[in-house]
Amino acid sequence: MDFNFTEEQDMVRDGLSRLVREQYDWETRRKAIASSAGWRPEVWAQLAELGILGMPFSEADGGFGGGAVDAMVIMEEFGKGLVVEPFVPTVVCAGGFLKHGGTAAQKEEHIGGIVAGSSVFAFAYAEPRGRFDYADLETTAKKDGAGYVLNGHKAVVIGAPWASHLIVTARTGGERRDRSGVSVFVVAKDTAGITTRDYVTVDGRRAAEVYFENVAVGADALIGAEGEGLGLIELVTDEAIAALCAEACGAMKVAHAMTVEYSRQRKQFGVPIGSFQVLQHRMVDMYTAYETAVSLTYLATLRLDSGEAERKRTVSAAKVGVGQSARLIGQEAVQIHGGNGVTDEYAIGHYFKRLTIFDSEFGNVDHHMKRHVALG
Amino acid sequence: MNLEFTPEEQAFRDEVRAFIAENHPKELGDFGMREDMTREEMVAWHKILGAKGWSVPAWPVEYGGTGWTPTQRYIWSEENARANTFMPLPFGVSMVGPVIYTFGNEEQKAKHLPGIRSGEVWWCQGYSEPGAGSDLASLKTTAVRDGDHYVINGQKTWTTLAQHADWGFFLCRTDPTAKAQEGISFILVDMKTPGVEVKPIKLLDGGYEVNETWLTDVRVPVENLVGVENKGWTYAKFLLAHERSGIAGVARSKRGVEKLREIAANETLDGAPLIKDFDFAKKVSQLEIDLAALEITELRTLAGEQAGKGPGPESSILKIKGTEIQQRLTELTLEAVGTYSAPYYGSIANDTGSNEYAVGPAHAQHAAATYFNMRKTSIYGGSNEIQRNIITKMILGL
Repeated sequence: MDFNFTEEQDMVRDGLSRLVREQYDWETRRKAIASSAGWRPEVWAQLAELGILGMPFSEADGGFGGGAVDAMVIMEEFGKGLVVEPFVPTVVCAGGFLKHGGTAAQKEEHIGGIVAGSSVFAFAYAEPRGRFDYADLETTAKKDGAGYVLNGHKAVVIGAPWASHLIVTARTGGERRDRSGVSVFVVAKDTAGITTRDYVTVDGRRAAEVYFENVAVGADALIGAEGEGLGLIELVTDEAIAALCAEACGAMKVAHAMTVEYSRQRKQFGVPIGSFQVLQHRMVDMYTAYETAVSLTYLATLRLDSGEAERKRTVSAAKVGVGQSARLIGQEAVQIHGGNGVTDEYAIGHYFKRLTIFDSEFGNVDHHMKRHVALG
Repeated sequence: MNLEFTPEEQAFRDEVRAFIAENHPKELGDFGMREDMTREEMVAWHKILGAKGWSVPAWPVEYGGTGWTPTQRYIWSEENARANTFMPLPFGVSMVGPVIYTFGNEEQKAKHLPGIRSGEVWWCQGYSEPGAGSDLASLKTTAVRDGDHYVINGQKTWTTLAQHADWGFFLCRTDPTAKAQEGISFILVDMKTPGVEVKPIKLLDGGYEVNETWLTDVRVPVENLVGVENKGWTYAKFLLAHERSGIAGVARSKRGVEKLREIAANETLDGAPLIKDFDFAKKVSQLEIDLAALEITELRTLAGEQAGKGPGPESSILKIKGTEIQQRLTELTLEAVGTYSAPYYGSIANDTGSNEYAVGPAHAQHAAATYFNMRKTSIYGGSNEIQRNIITKMILGL
């Protein structure tokens, strides 16, 4: 049993922490998310240069041989700076599908681009009526000769406006919500028949509604076995959840620290509001909620390889516990900041917004509580 | 970073598991914290461990500690919880023992540590007073120097299991003119000394776990002062941090959740096992999630200790979360037994002198009593509100 980070992991953390501090300061971020691009490709290029984008890939696949703990370290730092660049969709999700389900040719074709920063991916899984059920798909992929034809509408595809490629889930057989009949495809976003409606998300990122109209793809677009993609999706999204939990921990840590600092500066009744016991105890409860979230994130991250049932159980435990902590810390941070907490000007509100949307990604507290209960 | 045990740790687990299986008295397995346990029953396992040299694992090796790593100590508590052993009580082992070997003189170490290790000598804690609870430093019991003796006068309360105690450690005011925290001394008292009187307090569960301790002109030799006169508050705080670090009770709570699941599988709701009811199962899941988080938090704290940090203010988090979970566990167990939470088991036992006329399923008999009893956990050892004050000061820096 060991809770130490390796020297390499400490170096990654220090490097990213410096990058976020020096180049991702609040004003720069504010301008970037308001720009027409909405992100900073130059930051993405720097992440590639630092080896961050290649971290979780094996050396054989052209990466740096890192694992889930490395992704956790990276995401925590991104969370601290509310970094919007699409590490989870590109490296964790697309990278995960390629690692766990890709053929040698697919890995060859795509991983190099991810590691170099030239390929950016988005993961198109959600649908307007599917909620958190990855098998509740109206999007179809019909066999057509050697390839497939995709039709459907994917909802809130995070990072799609920046993406060169999409990972798409679609039904190749079975009835809506059947466990079998779900397949995963990798497609270039500029493939004929794909249209997008791009927009800004409340937490400062970009997303799109993605429409597929008779989109013809080759047989080589299929990742994993046809109709048996659900297990792969569950594995990859569990890895994504662990990464998002780490991001949330980073954001919670900063939100809590900002709140404590604010309570030290802000005076009412002639004294700092941090001298009031009623606020002190609330900030202590925020702190214990943060520690709870960190512990559950460690647990989920370290159990990703522990077999399907154990993996699902701990990941759901983390999504529930971290989701509850994120809700509490976000709301309390705003409350203790008073009126300033509900302004756009103060950073705290933006941490609150990111922590709020975190809950809806890959299943909220209720969804994962149900999965935890079902696993007994 | 990983959660796996090394081959050495697995071998250690097998060793302690085998030792417990061979040596833990079978008849103690069902006791739990039953109010009618005798002194002999409560110290039986302690004495066996003392003979083995395992009664004080966390102590420095020179004083009889085992030299186990924090991971080994974690395995040890897991295995004991698994076998439902009645562990050595904390008053000697976790409280006064560390104070004596850290701040006491050689004579005190030689005189007191062996009895604590072996389980021969029973200790009790004289801290709280009727007027000094959370505000412990306002305590009024006085110790006045008279030649080679201190003369102690005052009243202590909540003295846990003092009815069995041979010795007690008492916080007494030795300088009434100093500021509250600065005039206090840490004094060891032989409970057989004339003027010491222990009066039981009946609690909600019907049991007699705590007492009032009256001290009237109790003459104690000055060599029973630990450390420096008027510096007792420092030792008291040191002791409280030690007390808190073991207070999370993770291993016992894990066992408790298993038991709760068993009970809920045997109770029925609308003709189906209670555990199949989503509303109830969700509460059990929430408890398990909170407990899983606490377990990792405790392990992270232990890892910090291994890296050389003593029990710090983080132990306050363990105390808060650990006791909240212990209470929630007993609350859900009470809910699970439903109708049979109502009969007062103590009255049946008292009226008949045995439990043979007890009504309802066996698992229901202690549910209410345990729930009532465990309300103490968020109050003792520095209430959970006091723990929040400690975190405010020591971690948030406010």
